[in-house]
Amino acid sequence: MTERLTNTINVLVPVGAVGAGVRDSDVQHGLAAGAHAIACDAGSTDSGPAYLATGRSKYSRDAVKADLAILMRAQAVAAIPLLIGSCGTSGCDMAVDWMRDIALEIAREEGLSPRIATLYSEQDAAFLAEAATDGRIIPLAPFTGTDLAVFAECDHIVALMGPEPYIAALRAGADIVLGGRTTDTAVIAAVPLMHGAGAGPAWHAGKTAECGGQCTVTTRDGGVMVRVGHHAFEVEPLSPHNACTPATVSAHMLYENTDPFELLEPGGVLDVRHATYVAVDDRIVLVSGSCFNAMPYTMKLEGAAGSDFQTIMLVGIQDRGVLGEIDRFIAQMHAYLTGRVEAAMGERAGRFDISLRPYGWNAVSGSVIGGPQPVPREIGLLFVATAASQEIATQIAKTCNPAFFHMPLDPDQELPSYAFPFSPAETERGQVFDFKLNHVVRVDDGMQLVRTIFCDKDALLDAQA
Amino acid sequence: MPKLSDVCHVRSKNAGPFWITLDLFFADRQAFDLYADDASLGAAAIARLFEVDAGLIKRFALPDLFVVKLSYPRAVPQGGYLERDMHGGQQYVRLLDLEL
Repeated sequence: MTERLTNTINVLVPVGAVGAGVRDSDVQHGLAAGAHAIACDAGSTDSGPAYLATGRSKYSRDAVKADLAILMRAQAVAAIPLLIGSCGTSGCDMAVDWMRDIALEIAREEGLSPRIATLYSEQDAAFLAEAATDGRIIPLAPFTGTDLAVFAECDHIVALMGPEPYIAALRAGADIVLGGRTTDTAVIAAVPLMHGAGAGPAWHAGKTAECGGQCTVTTRDGGVMVRVGHHAFEVEPLSPHNACTPATVSAHMLYENTDPFELLEPGGVLDVRHATYVAVDDRIVLVSGSCFNAMPYTMKLEGAAGSDFQTIMLVGIQDRGVLGEIDRFIAQMHAYLTGRVEAAMGERAGRFDISLRPYGWNAVSGSVIGGPQPVPREIGLLFVATAASQEIATQIAKTCNPAFFHMPLDPDQELPSYAFPFSPAETERGQVFDFKLNHVVRVDDGMQLVRTIFCDKDALLDAQA
Repeated sequence: MPKLSDVCHVRSKNAGPFWITLDLFFADRQAFDLYADDASLGAAAIARLFEVDAGLIKRFALPDLFVVKLSYPRAVPQGGYLERDMHGGQQYVRLLDLEL
């Protein structure tokens, strides 16, 4: 039997992201097991650029509020810090404010009066262009350079914070810290680092617990607790019915990470090459040998902006002739639709794109399917028009409607009618958004680009009024 | 010749907006030892399959986990107007029928 660690700093990580579904029973298990802090994030870039470009949350306000209420009650009862990173999905300033307002609403409704610190890390485009001119912005692979105009093109730019602003806010008396964009690991590592735990174990524990139960056997069964010591950490599921094994814990270093051994973080790099994973019992894993090697402090930048607009249509096709020759059907339909838009709309269409995606055939890959294939029973054919404005995209869809609806496989056949599920047939899906930055900015320290604002009693009173 | 799906569990996922990562979990040490270095899983072959520059592919072998990990940059960043797989979660499928 492996000996348990002593003198650890214990962080309860209730869920992969606030809004995904915190279980009160998990939190109670974690408090009973001696949590010194509750920490998790509430965002990611994983769902695409729209959330950063618009500042809107991926999860519903109701879902976020339900989770946050459980965490705030637990914070108040246990009197331990609650740290939440990447608020409102993107962690831009307006997303932090959105989360703060939800927290104030909960405080008012539940009669709580925590000291709340908000951390802002949205960046000014002109400042970053200046930093780039000074050589303080470094592109990350596969990017090789920095176009100075790119900063002004972004709707929002955030810098990923490390643990320092969280630690500073806690030292200044915060009970709850609502952070803008932060590395997933830093939010969890902050309290252990603040109390002198080993940097390697603290950062590795943060990476291990970043997705809650992802490092457990039953990945959807709740969160985890990490206990961080000087030379090692332990990880165990909050649910008594779940388990961590050396395989599930070590495999998590692979998840959503291009490199399974190294993780670049603000102020250094986590190196787990020599980490060992040992089962303490049938639920708990002990991890030792992780290193954090300090490096000049950098913060990763994320920027996103809106570009063109899309209008979509969908038909279902069960026509056996079409399904027997889907590739030919789609190629000729695409050529016809493009020509029809050019003929009917001329230059008014501008630079446009029509994409036909047969769901049930090769819509996800977009690649030519080689070799003999079974004929599907039906496909959903998605039409996507992309143009410079919503109005033009919709006019393109309407121009294409008759042929999209009625186009036969061969010209001598009678007109088929494919199965539209909607009226009107076309749906305006709005703007397309693009990620624009893949860079780091070199800074003097972890606080330089961060603004901290405390929600004092007045803010709570205002919210109560 | 076995197919990759006969000896391996495979998954794919975004690793940030600019990279896709593929995790190949071999069934056991024997399968790992036999196939981890197979040319059909080399950078050149993966580059052809996913239409990327072989020089940009990152490849790692993790013998303790019986894992080979491959990461490649997206042709265009996640979420552009032609995006078909926002999370990269289905990109592994084209590996399944690879003959080793």
